[in-house]
Amino acid sequence: MESFFNAVKTVPLNHYILLSSVLFCIGVTGVLLRRNAIVIFMSVELMLNAVNLLLTVFSVYRGDASGQVFVFFIMALAAAEVAVGLAIIVMIYRNTSSIDVNVLNRLKW
Amino acid sequence: MDKLIWLIPILPLAGFIINGLGRNKLPKGLIGSIGTLLVLASFAISVGVFFEVKANYQHHIAIKYFDWILAGPVRIPFEFYIDQLSAIMLLIITGVGTLIHLYSIGYMHDDEGFGKFFAYLNLFIFFMLLLVMGANYVIMFIGWEGVGLCSYLLIGFWYSNPSYADAAKKAFVMNRIGDLGFLIAIFLILNLFGTVNIQEMIKKAQLIHPGYWAVGLAAGLLFIGATGKSAQIPLFTWLPDAMAGPTPVSALIHAATMVTAGIYMITRSNVLFLLSPVVMNIVAIIGLATALFAALIALTQTDIKKVLAYSTVSQLGYMFLGLGVGAFTGGFFHVITHAFFKALLFLGAGSVIHAVSGEQDMRNMGGLRKKLPITFWTMLIGTIAIAGIPPFAGFFSKDEILAHTYEHSKIMYAIGVITAMFTSFYMFRMLFLTFYGKFRGTSEQEHHLHESPATMTLPLIVLAVLSVVGGLINVPAVLGGHEELGEFLKPIINNKFLSEPKEALTPAIEVTLMCISVAAAFIALAYAYVKYNKNGHVPVRDDEERGLLATLSYNKFYVDELYDLIIRRPLDWLSDFFYKVIEKLGIDGLVNGIGAGPVEASKGLRLLQTGNVGFYIFMMVVGIVAILLYSLGLMDKLHV
Repeated sequence: MESFFNAVKTVPLNHYILLSSVLFCIGVTGVLLRRNAIVIFMSVELMLNAVNLLLTVFSVYRGDASGQVFVFFIMALAAAEVAVGLAIIVMIYRNTSSIDVNVLNRLKW
Repeated sequence: MDKLIWLIPILPLAGFIINGLGRNKLPKGLIGSIGTLLVLASFAISVGVFFEVKANYQHHIAIKYFDWILAGPVRIPFEFYIDQLSAIMLLIITGVGTLIHLYSIGYMHDDEGFGKFFAYLNLFIFFMLLLVMGANYVIMFIGWEGVGLCSYLLIGFWYSNPSYADAAKKAFVMNRIGDLGFLIAIFLILNLFGTVNIQEMIKKAQLIHPGYWAVGLAAGLLFIGATGKSAQIPLFTWLPDAMAGPTPVSALIHAATMVTAGIYMITRSNVLFLLSPVVMNIVAIIGLATALFAALIALTQTDIKKVLAYSTVSQLGYMFLGLGVGAFTGGFFHVITHAFFKALLFLGAGSVIHAVSGEQDMRNMGGLRKKLPITFWTMLIGTIAIAGIPPFAGFFSKDEILAHTYEHSKIMYAIGVITAMFTSFYMFRMLFLTFYGKFRGTSEQEHHLHESPATMTLPLIVLAVLSVVGGLINVPAVLGGHEELGEFLKPIINNKFLSEPKEALTPAIEVTLMCISVAAAFIALAYAYVKYNKNGHVPVRDDEERGLLATLSYNKFYVDELYDLIIRRPLDWLSDFFYKVIEKLGIDGLVNGIGAGPVEASKGLRLLQTGNVGFYIFMMVVGIVAILLYSLGLMDKLHV
């Protein structure tokens, strides 16, 4: 475990933050720009993982385990969200024969 | 007797309730009997009360039943007060009322609303009794409003006819205008004297200096109330229209009782009027003007009831003239005699209308003398009485008013005599047109002609007898009488402020005046005889040419049209303006504008709801970024 911490610390914190920010922005961009519901889902996962990475790194640097506990929670939450979300997407596909989110504007005014 | 007084108004009220509830269930005979007998019972008690009051010069009965309005210093009990004046009124109301109820049994026999009619008549008697028995103005006002209500109900009795319903509304509205004056007067009296009790007010008023403006104002306002109820200029046009009601109503309400309420009220409050000579003069002038004006209209009317209606307005004018010149006894005397002969004439007219199958136009009558002997003879007596030919009732009362007017002003006296001449003329004109010559109606009507049943002729006979002898209650000294009515009413009239006439009447002048008025009446009678009986003149049809004056008179001097022009039209315009501009544009615009603003704004904003998920998320991100930027900036500031 100690060696893992040391391995993590070989990279400066700034780099992790930068990497996480880049991953997060890619996720945001994906959610905003893609129309395929599954890809949007994957982009959301990317954002969550960017945050997870950051939490892990901060946890290591601060020597505090609670960050890693949060990561577990987030992963459990992501799994639950995927289970519900995929079910919704399947239902959407059944109704519209498409998983394009832009088709889902039938409920506007 | 005092213990029975509460029964006087309660009996007719009971009749109203019984007949009102049972109007569709009880047989007609029973309804008629209940209605008539209960009023007759009131009459019996009234007679007892009258003799009790008569027995003692200063006697009066004041009975307090319960406290009615208590508010701070204001204390208005429910209280009856009976003295000479109200005792006579009680006799007229219940006595003439009984006869008219009896008459109605025959007259309304075939009417669907028989029960309703008797219920209303009983209710009217109840309110009229309250009016005269009330010890204070507030109770008087209940009666005052109540008789107005009954008048409305009875004028519009055949409400399915729109013009009858309009006549009822007109009477109601015109009475309300007057009532407002009366109401304000009551408040003013309460303010001035701290009481609405009439006797207390009279006591306090003794201490006031004559000419005090507030008292004059109160008297003037009371007079406005009286002009409404008693159909004086300018509020007289409702009375002729009120003839839309069944004829017994015209006789009871619009000739004998309700319309004299104004005279009763002024006689009751005479001290206020005596304290304000200006108002007295106004009363006299308005009365005289009304008397002359209505008489001029009556000259050319062809509807038998309209002639009588304008005649009533005219005679009421006489009564006000009497009050205005300080002859309270004379004015009230005329109320009594007028109640007899005008009720008689109206009932006689009803009998005629009944005989000719509802025809009211005198141009289609004529020659009824032989067919309706009782009606003819009684109406002849009534006509003689109202024309002022001695020794019938109208002569004495009218002459007393004229004599006092002569003391007051010779010009007014001259106008009064001319008016009396007109009265004589149009009454005999009516008589000749109706009963003499040949029958001018359809043969169907002629076939149907018949004398009325006994329930109708009996009241006619009783009233005819009263019209003959009624004047004897106040025979002037110069004719060997004792002026009993004047003596009887002395406690009522406040002599303290009664100004002495400029020149007292000598017996010689008094006799001369009488001769003048009798001569005037006979001249008019002769003229009517020559024109309508000897020459057989019949008033022209509506589509034929009339002279200028006749046209004016026949069209009632266009007073209704004038009111229409100067009051109704501007009000219509005003309400039209309020409706179209203030209501539609102003208030509606404001309210709808407030609603329209959000509607318009949301029309633009709803376009944001595209339903595009990506767009929503984008806006969410933008929002988050904005919140982040904002809170960062805030943080910075906090650090600083």
